[in-house]
Amino acid sequence: MSNTVMHRTGDRPQRFTLNTNQKAFLLFLLILGVVLLFWEAGARLGWFSQLMPSASATMKEFWWWISNPFFDYGPNDKGIGWLLLTSLRRVLLGFAIGSAIAIPLGILIGLSEVAARAVDPFIQILKPVSPLAWLPLGLGLLKNSESTALFVIAITSIWPTLINTKFGVSHVDQSYLDVTRTLGASRWRTLSRVILPAAAPYIVSGLRISIGIAWLVIVAAEILVGGSGIGYFVWNEWNNLKITSIITAILIIGVVGLLLDRLFGLLQAWVAFGQKL
Amino acid sequence: MTTHTSLIRTAAMSASAQLSVSNVSKTYFGKRDWFSRATRKATLDYTALEDINLEIEPNTFVSIIGPSGCGKSTLLNIIAGLSQPTAGTVAIGGTPINGPGPDRGVIFQNYALMPWMTVLDNILFAIETVKPKLSVSRRMAIAQEHIDLVGLRGAEHRHPHELSGGMKQRVGIARALAIDPQILLMDEPFGALDALTRGFLQDEVERIWEQQRKTVILITHSIEEALLLSDKIVMMTRGPEARIARILDVPFSRPRHRESLDQQAAYHALKAEMELHLSQETRAVEESRIRRKAASEA
Ligand SMILES: Nc1ncnc2c1ncn2[C@@H]1O[C@H](COP(=O)(O)OP(=O)(O)O)[C@@H](O)[C@H]1O
Ligand SMILES: [Mg+2]
Repeated sequence: MSNTVMHRTGDRPQRFTLNTNQKAFLLFLLILGVVLLFWEAGARLGWFSQLMPSASATMKEFWWWISNPFFDYGPNDKGIGWLLLTSLRRVLLGFAIGSAIAIPLGILIGLSEVAARAVDPFIQILKPVSPLAWLPLGLGLLKNSESTALFVIAITSIWPTLINTKFGVSHVDQSYLDVTRTLGASRWRTLSRVILPAAAPYIVSGLRISIGIAWLVIVAAEILVGGSGIGYFVWNEWNNLKITSIITAILIIGVVGLLLDRLFGLLQAWVAFGQKL
Repeated sequence: MTTHTSLIRTAAMSASAQLSVSNVSKTYFGKRDWFSRATRKATLDYTALEDINLEIEPNTFVSIIGPSGCGKSTLLNIIAGLSQPTAGTVAIGGTPINGPGPDRGVIFQNYALMPWMTVLDNILFAIETVKPKLSVSRRMAIAQEHIDLVGLRGAEHRHPHELSGGMKQRVGIARALAIDPQILLMDEPFGALDALTRGFLQDEVERIWEQQRKTVILITHSIEEALLLSDKIVMMTRGPEARIARILDVPFSRPRHRESLDQQAAYHALKAEMELHLSQETRAVEESRIRRKAASEA
């Protein structure tokens, strides 16, 4: 009897407490509401420049772009789906080229101390260069805007993957190598069955950083090179003074970047087998 | 003169020995280049082992016990071929070794299982590497046999991160035995396990050893473990320049059981002797540390 009473009184306050996730979600909604309200009021009361659309107008436009992603009325009038596909194709192709250079080279310099020291000055000097600085060089070398975009993305994708691959390959747990040595495994077998799987989580985390940077860079590259893609769209809509389209594009670029990152996050978990980086 | 007699002695004894360690010394050379000195990371040379001689007969279970840091792992790694002695040789069946090889199966304290391979794949990897000419079905049969031997039937397709420490070390044992080595080397294989699991695995090792009677070298810091499992116990002195202080014979009948072990004649005498040795050596290590600390602070 007294037990049930205590139980009830103990239970009651819990009905109105929220867990961390729920609290965070409410706070998120609050922040979102405040931002939208400020934006709407600012646009209507003329706090911003004349060009700035209201939040409600932007949301309507956003919905229009989203609900009809695959129309095609000529080169400068395509749905957001086509624009994204064009940019994604470029990024993935450039990223594949960059990775195809970075992973084998990373393995090589991870295995050979001499090669690592020889290549290190190149990496150290080229890594901090903004990818866009390569653009004019790409145009000069390749004379073609499409190849130049790929060239810039490829160069961008190299560094994080290269450095992570090198680290992963050269920091394989000594006890794994001791096992292969006591078994008398060949160099090739040690590499393919032990070193590469052990380095895989590092390689994938390099790829994850690389694709993130490549997605950052593609927008800038397309603005500069022109022609097609989501970056070119942003620039084109600026020339048409259509800020609503630009905001739409910004949100969609963000979402796609997030999805790419999550995809590589899944891949990372898939190759980790409980290992912590 | 002394080297001469010791040479004769080793030559005479190695006739029946399966493994002979002759005059093995190991010095870890310090760093004294200008860069290490400038960054105050210079270290002195450290002689871990000095003139170790050890003969091991076939089908013997030998434990090595000594104060922590005396050089037990160093000695085992030299026998495994993973590390080179500064002087002396290790020979198996009279042939000096030069490097690691599948005639010696190693069981590691941290298990050293490949996380991306299942239990079965870890064992198959070892078999395939050592015996690439075996047929696939034969390899599978050997792997399954050893999985059964260590009592892991049903866990074949799990990955190491899904196993407890005790189960991981069972895989380690199965992998080492599956390549059918002449000698099994174990470096504190149960050191990372809780007391109960450690007891279970010791019993398992005793049971498996009764079946296979392979030559085993076990490094341990547990007196009970050494007494339960060994035919001979090698007691080492403290480092630097660690030597073998004494080799004890453990004449207990087999199979042995943990519960009735203390009823074996000589159990208490052996245990007391080992305790005395270990506590003396450990106390001396502590005292020299305190003295060194006081000297460096003065
Ligand atoms: N790679 C190394 N370089 C320098 N000193 C080492 C190295 N490995 C071990 N030592 C030293 O050698 C001694 C013996 O080490 P170890 O064989 O691991 O001892 P144990 O296994 O008996 O605890 C220790 O004092 C340790 O500090
Ligand atoms: Mg040790």
